[in-house]
Amino acid sequence: MLEIRNLHASVDGNPILKGIDLTINKGEIHAIMGPNGSGKSTLAKVLAGHPSYEVTKGQVLYEGKNLLEMAPDERAREGIFMAFQYPIEVPGVSNAQFLRLAYNEKRKHLGEEELDPLEFKDLLKERAKVVEMDASFMTRSVNEGFSGGEKKRNEILQMAVLEPRLAILDETDSGLDIDALRIVAGGVNLLHNSENAVVLVTHYQRLLNYIVPDYVHVLAGGRIAREGGKELALELEEKGYDWITSSVAASGIGASRVT
Amino acid sequence: MSLIVKQEGVYQAAFRLLQQRTAGNNAAWFARLRESAMDRFEQLGFPSIKEEEWKYTNVAPISKVNFEPVVGSDKSEATLTADEVTRLGYVEAQASQLVFRNGVLHSDLGSLTGLPTGVVAIDLAKAIADEKYGELIREHLARSADYNANAFTALNTALSSSGAFVLIPKGISLESPLHFHFISDPVEPSAAAFPRVLIIGEENSRATIIESHASISEATYFTNAVVEIVLKDGARLEHYKIQRESADAFHIATTSADLGSNSRYNATTINFGAQLSRHDIAVKMANEGAECWVDGLYVVGGAQHTDTHSVIDHQQPHCTSHQLYKGILDGKSRAVFNGKIFVRHGAQKTDAMQTNKNLLLSNEARVDTKPQLEILADDVKCAHGAAVGQIGEDELFYLETRGIHHNLAKNLLTYGFAEEVIAKIKVDSIKAQLDEAVLNRINARLEA
Repeated sequence: MLEIRNLHASVDGNPILKGIDLTINKGEIHAIMGPNGSGKSTLAKVLAGHPSYEVTKGQVLYEGKNLLEMAPDERAREGIFMAFQYPIEVPGVSNAQFLRLAYNEKRKHLGEEELDPLEFKDLLKERAKVVEMDASFMTRSVNEGFSGGEKKRNEILQMAVLEPRLAILDETDSGLDIDALRIVAGGVNLLHNSENAVVLVTHYQRLLNYIVPDYVHVLAGGRIAREGGKELALELEEKGYDWITSSVAASGIGASRVT
Repeated sequence: MSLIVKQEGVYQAAFRLLQQRTAGNNAAWFARLRESAMDRFEQLGFPSIKEEEWKYTNVAPISKVNFEPVVGSDKSEATLTADEVTRLGYVEAQASQLVFRNGVLHSDLGSLTGLPTGVVAIDLAKAIADEKYGELIREHLARSADYNANAFTALNTALSSSGAFVLIPKGISLESPLHFHFISDPVEPSAAAFPRVLIIGEENSRATIIESHASISEATYFTNAVVEIVLKDGARLEHYKIQRESADAFHIATTSADLGSNSRYNATTINFGAQLSRHDIAVKMANEGAECWVDGLYVVGGAQHTDTHSVIDHQQPHCTSHQLYKGILDGKSRAVFNGKIFVRHGAQKTDAMQTNKNLLLSNEARVDTKPQLEILADDVKCAHGAAVGQIGEDELFYLETRGIHHNLAKNLLTYGFAEEVIAKIKVDSIKAQLDEAVLNRINARLEA
């Protein structure tokens, strides 16, 4: 589904990603972990197409197509979704209006009939159950006045409506209390199936107790420093990131500038 | 130069005509008021950009057009129909509206059946001639809107032949908003209209007024409106001013409010239309415990120019003022915001807040914003701020990652920017109209 080859990316001329290779197949859950500044959020934003991140080298193929040539909205309509660490507030536009707009953009793209407000209301009611959100959230402006946990649940609601093939969750666990974490993780588990893939970008192992990854990749200094199964996350929890970064430095593959 | 002299000649001729027509009909004080206002206009002339108050707004285009001042003449072949009045009106005020054609009140086009008994809403000229109201009007007319300071206020005071006098008696509450419905009709080409309104809200009265300016054609015309408001102790007034003049129109307006003790005045001014618009709004808090909200939204594009000058004058202690003005500018449009807050000696415990935020949608649009604070009391809470910006990259990116096209994403965020002002509006049909107007302006659609 997604093939990342030797990906290099910079922000304002500062190189952040320095050669990422990663392959993601449908049905898989991947966790991208790493210390602050290792480049994990940058990787998420590059995949979603943030204009501030410049790809300087490498290739990303999504379903065989050159992802890097596609605008962010085009990527979204092609089935890529990113849940934001800090979701944006959109005053004056209700959650229901926003979701229907996004949903219909995708339908149009796929050559399907758009749903009218009534049809969409039924669909939304169904999908909202995934994250245990009640109807009052639908008439409120997108994320406006939402608590941190509500914003994250709203991100997963968007995922539930848009049904992406590749969902990238950027630090979705940050700032969540245990109940909200359980709801958000439960939602992701419900939405995951053999036809889609999930990428979890996270600093902590905690989320992985709820959403169990097939693969764990640890980033350090803009490269993948270590890869393994879910047990790697547990090992990290125990030993900390210093263990990875120092071993990377010792092995001489260039993570010495990690801060 | 010759052009300006010629133009002043047009207004002088209109003034003479008006004097002849009303000779003997008017109270002597009113005739004298007009004369001295005309003298003042002749002294001042149209303002030039050399004057600090007009530095960014050049009104030379107004002086260059051969406008025909409408001084009470009543043309029977008017094209304005009842259907048009309804179309441009607000459902909440169908039975409480005064309709003005080119600045002249036409009672037959409006309806006042929805007003409670005791409320007076009549033509200003008739009210002046009526012994019941003459003295009251003399006491308040041209008091808060100072024609010595502003040439356009002087011109309005001299040439206004029609308008409205509204008196809301003690303790009376208006259920429906009272709509001052100003419509420009091309039956009089290049009309210059000078409507004048005086509203007196007596002690503990409550009312909502809508002042709308619209046109049934795309003609070039000139509106020069003055609205004076006097609120007695404990009175409350919500004032919505909706300016949707034609794209070629000139709109110059003055709003002036004097607030009594513990009275409350909420003004929301919306500017969409006109090639050039200027609004001077002044709120004088000369009595303790008064409160005002003075909000506004201007949405301009193309070569439009809009200018707001506000003066919030805290003269007595324990008064509160809040001000939020937002602007959306596209094309080569230009906006001016000049907000003065005065806190006079002894006006302790003043709470004054002012914000002006502007969103530029094009690189060629320009805003000149100047919040000014002059504080002469020492125990006050005052804050002001101004911002000019563009749509944020992260905001746009967020919407785009949901599959929303770049332009639509931009439009939704623009709409959201305007909503902060629109959402506070308490008359549903105004809110709906503005939502639609903003969405149309930015070519967005939104249903659900």
